[in-house]
Amino acid sequence: MKALTFAQRNRKEILRDPMTLLFGMVLPVLMLWLFSMMSENMPFDLFTLEKLAPAIIVFSFSFITLFTGMLIGRDKSSSFLMRIFASPMAATDYLIGYALPLLPVAFIQMSACYGAALLLGMPFTYDAIPAFGLLVIISFLYIAFGLFFGTFFTDRQVGAIFAIFVNVTTWFSGTWFGLEMIGGTFETVAYLLPFAHAVDAVRAAFAGNYSEVFITMLWVIAYTVVIFGVAVWGFRKRMRG
Amino acid sequence: MEIKIMELTKTFKDRVAVDQLTLAIGQGEFFALLGENGAGKTTTIKMLSCLMEPTSGDAIMLGDSIVENPQAVKKKLNISPQETAVARNLSVQENLEFIARIYGSTKQDAEQKAIRLMEMFGLAERAKSKGRNLSGGMERRLSIAMAMISEPEIIFLDEPTVGLDVRARLDLWQILLNLKGQITIILTTHYLEEVEALADRIGIMHKGRLQALGTLEELKHQTGQIKLQDVFLQLTAEGEST
Ligand SMILES: Nc1ncnc2c1ncn2[C@@H]1O[C@H](COP(=O)(O)OP(=O)(O)OP(=O)(O)O)[C@@H](O)[C@H]1O
Ligand SMILES: [Mg+2]
Repeated sequence: MKALTFAQRNRKEILRDPMTLLFGMVLPVLMLWLFSMMSENMPFDLFTLEKLAPAIIVFSFSFITLFTGMLIGRDKSSSFLMRIFASPMAATDYLIGYALPLLPVAFIQMSACYGAALLLGMPFTYDAIPAFGLLVIISFLYIAFGLFFGTFFTDRQVGAIFAIFVNVTTWFSGTWFGLEMIGGTFETVAYLLPFAHAVDAVRAAFAGNYSEVFITMLWVIAYTVVIFGVAVWGFRKRMRG
Repeated sequence: MEIKIMELTKTFKDRVAVDQLTLAIGQGEFFALLGENGAGKTTTIKMLSCLMEPTSGDAIMLGDSIVENPQAVKKKLNISPQETAVARNLSVQENLEFIARIYGSTKQDAEQKAIRLMEMFGLAERAKSKGRNLSGGMERRLSIAMAMISEPEIIFLDEPTVGLDVRARLDLWQILLNLKGQITIILTTHYLEEVEALADRIGIMHKGRLQALGTLEELKHQTGQIKLQDVFLQLTAEGEST
């Protein structure tokens, strides 16, 4: 109950910031449109909508990390968090309260990007339905990163870290180019991080290649659990001063 | 005694912020905690409101220990932090309702309480204004109202009147005087006239230690001074030489 009340507050806090919507929805859709135009003049198939749309949806999730991290960072610096730490809410109430409002945001982002891809000419398949389910799971990875950054850094630091984070997530995930094009250490490192696995899983799901989904998702889920765990640990520590 | 503080100590690295504080505060008492900047007032309040674990020592708040059972303690108290703390994108009314609800009020109950407190703090006209658009003093009033909306048995007010205009300050005094005797109020402030107007008892902290404790009359008698300001200066200077 308290967690839901807190979630409601966080939802208002995020959605009433118009920049949130602008960056979180418009930018990914714009990127999708630009890159799909470029693909018409490209010799290889990286920017076909089938490959591009899933990657862009995952890219849009990095804004979820920003929203979560900024919200927590700001609550810390304004001592709002201190005020509610004095209330009888439990640690789980906070974490649910911070994480929950981001799920509808993720869903809106998914729908906006997918809708735009359909308008741009991507054919509809029923594989999109399980793919959406997969995306919900992946959104937890980005929520976890947000909790992590927000717990350990101030709101200003989160802004700076996000600039690096968004680059890492896209460059190391094969969103803008194929990882096998570079290969070597770069590709190895990329596959030690969860982002390429997330993109691969969603691409496979949209294509209906479900056999490829399982192993890649294990990476994503393992990272989610670990990052979430560290964030929860840090958050509890902070609650006790 | 409803608040019993026993050798409460907080150390940051090698700096002792609160040093073996031992003190009892009675039911419904209005207690003023004075001290220079950095004396340890806020740190004491943070420990008593379970925001910070003490390095050593304990306090029993209405029968529950802040170390053993902080969750039970938290239900009974509320705090107006030294820095105003309101949600930026929530309206005045939403801020109030939010706090009421995380302390367990139902929706209707929270709404009624919010309306009453907005009336009390002269915020009714600004009910729909977002936290980020309030003036400093308005924000301060909201912050205090948020501490009161849960109807705590113990309330901590850390420098509540900073930035309030003359009328708002006098209004707050009146609100606090009306609450006097019903709930325990622990106030820190640097405005001594506030202490004279409101406090039952005064504790003066100096460099983390409780330097003096008593009613205004007792402290005057003890120091041989007539004005609280001189009492304060004398007591906080004595500590310097030791
Ligand atoms: N989180 C912290 N880390 C390290 N030192 C701290 C921390 N919080 C407080 N201190 C130190 O503890 C001492 C007491 O600080 P506190 O905030 O309790 O003072 P105060 O009496 O409230 O002062 P003021 O009147 O300025 O509000 C100070 O020396 C301060 O620098
Ligand atoms: Mg202070």
